[in-house]
Amino acid sequence: MNRALRYAGQAVVYVLFALGLGYFSDSPSYTPINPGQALIKLSFVHAGARLHECRQRTQAELDALAPNMRRPLDCPRERVPLRVRLELDGHLLCDDELPPAGLAGDGSAAAYRKFVVTAGSHRLAVRMRDSPRVEGYDSELETTIELDAGQHLVIDFDRESRQFRLF
Amino acid sequence: MATIQEPPPAVSIARRNGGVGPLRTAARIVIEKIEGAFDAVFAPGWNPWYQLGALGWFYYWVVLVSGIYLFIFFDTGVIQAYESVEQITHAQWYAGGVMRSLHRYASDALVVMALLHLVREFILGRLYGARWFAWSTGVMMMWFVYASGVSGYWLVWDKLAQYVAIAASEWLDALSFFGEPIARNFQTERTLNARFFTLLLFIHIAVPLFLLFFMWVHIQRYLRPRVNPPRGLAIGTLLMLLALSLAKPALSQGPAVLDQVPSPVGLDWFYLTLFPLLEYVSAETLWLVVIGATAFLFMLPWLRRRLPLPVAAVHLDNCNGCGRCVADCPFSALALVPRSDGLPFAAEVTVTAARCVSCGICAGACPTATPFRRKSDLIPGIELPSAPITALREQTMAAAGRLRGEARVIVYACDLGFDWSLLEGEGIAVVGVPCVGMLPPAFVDFVLSRRLADGVLFTGCRDGDCYHRLGMRWTEQRLRRERDPQLRQRVPAERVATFWGGVARIDELRQVLRAFRDRLRRLPAVKRRPLAAGGEPVPEVEAVHE
Repeated sequence: MNRALRYAGQAVVYVLFALGLGYFSDSPSYTPINPGQALIKLSFVHAGARLHECRQRTQAELDALAPNMRRPLDCPRERVPLRVRLELDGHLLCDDELPPAGLAGDGSAAAYRKFVVTAGSHRLAVRMRDSPRVEGYDSELETTIELDAGQHLVIDFDRESRQFRLF
Repeated sequence: MATIQEPPPAVSIARRNGGVGPLRTAARIVIEKIEGAFDAVFAPGWNPWYQLGALGWFYYWVVLVSGIYLFIFFDTGVIQAYESVEQITHAQWYAGGVMRSLHRYASDALVVMALLHLVREFILGRLYGARWFAWSTGVMMMWFVYASGVSGYWLVWDKLAQYVAIAASEWLDALSFFGEPIARNFQTERTLNARFFTLLLFIHIAVPLFLLFFMWVHIQRYLRPRVNPPRGLAIGTLLMLLALSLAKPALSQGPAVLDQVPSPVGLDWFYLTLFPLLEYVSAETLWLVVIGATAFLFMLPWLRRRLPLPVAAVHLDNCNGCGRCVADCPFSALALVPRSDGLPFAAEVTVTAARCVSCGICAGACPTATPFRRKSDLIPGIELPSAPITALREQTMAAAGRLRGEARVIVYACDLGFDWSLLEGEGIAVVGVPCVGMLPPAFVDFVLSRRLADGVLFTGCRDGDCYHRLGMRWTEQRLRRERDPQLRQRVPAERVATFWGGVARIDELRQVLRAFRDRLRRLPAVKRRPLAAGGEPVPEVEAVHE
């Protein structure tokens, strides 16, 4: 193969490689949600109540402990799991139990759920139980939302006010 | 004339690869065909397929230099990150814009080279035995390559960055390493702060530096590793990147808006292919697949039962510690250490068994590995127990005994799993060696001066792609009398030929052999020497060549 032909061949290889690099560096485009859809994200971190109440140690129990460990109150660290229920237009999206983090089960529980829904008006209801009770909920929000196409709605929980908030 | 035979059975190549089977053998032949076409266009010296690792290094340096430039103008901040990148891209398109594009496209090219390198080395079976080290470190390097690329996309803080940041952090959150999901950082504008970008920038600098460290580790067990592509190839590929950068500059995809879902996004599929999969499989499943695939690839060198390779053996009685074998070993398996046997030499050679690939190149470098010595004394300073120099001499004698007619040629051929005996015919006899680099040039002198044949031809791997890395290179240099042990001056160069074509160019080899024999016929005839009983040539005081 003569030199000119070889250089031409090399140019072809370079062009093909460049075309591949150029194309696949941003194409084909990817569509995480379809047009006309929106995303609801339930995302919060919250610590549930202690699973057991603190109790006073008896004198016998205190005597059995090392002197530096003799705290009068015995407060078990374990927390209750959170119960979270999310409904949209009366349809259940999730009803989850969120365990507390940590080996001792004493950390906060984290909720992170995503739901792709159609844009438009919806009736949203979110409820959470964070106490040892077995029925009912401790916090809840029921509202009508207007979702634009492509909107990303976050349902968060404010620990201070103990209320759900929408962003 | 050589007997025309059917192509070799596939199993012979598969045997070389450890008996994996016809699939990889077929893949190997396909690869050799494709690369052969590139040989025609680029010439073997510039063939990019033989330079995948070196091109990876080259692209890394392009990424590094362009990254340093971008770093000067980049600003960490929720708003400033995007704005500074826009400023770099548009206000100084001729410099910053080009640098940004080079940064992206060289990164993409780097991942392409790394993946092709991995696949190619697997198909060619270059991962077993002592080569496990380069293979396994190479597999681990891929994590750093991807981490470097993905973290870079976060920094731009455009819509693509938003998608990547959320998808990647959701994927990371599945590992439950973090007390609070890090994806919550990208929940709303108020949860995002500038310090996060400082951390990201630190990660994007630190991870590529770790990658560089691993790249350095990756080549530690190789003598003269290819870390720089040939100048012509480097210039060509740099021009290609520049042209691409000007023709299609890397651009941002609009600022990130966290209360909007970034859709659609133009993904860099070289780095971000995994994230769309999270739509179809759980994050935990994807981790299992990725970690499992990595572990599988990492362990691949040990997953197949192979017979242990014989390790080069040093015979101290014949070793004066000259160090030629140490200088020639492609896998740094040899070292000079202080003499231990009391002989009056400063050093002796030791072999690190775990690094020896049994190529025998050390024997080819040993000045004592000469067939001219009497058979009883034919123990060189270093050789392969499985292919001793004595046996090579006997095979040469036997090959000479098979030769008939005129223009007789002894072919020394690399053991590529190809049944070289298929080439044999009247006037052609083949001696197989683990690597042509194992053959001391004295054998050529021996064959021609003893008139065992009229010519000697070396063949084996493809030009520029020696299976044992440096065997062909050393052979060529020895034959050109540029490297010790050199071919003696008295050996007529026109009676020595080489052909590096691998197993996919056997027909071409037959043509070369025909042409070589025609050339030999035109040379003055060499008087054949009679062979004594046992195949030994009758001794002659002086070897004469025309």
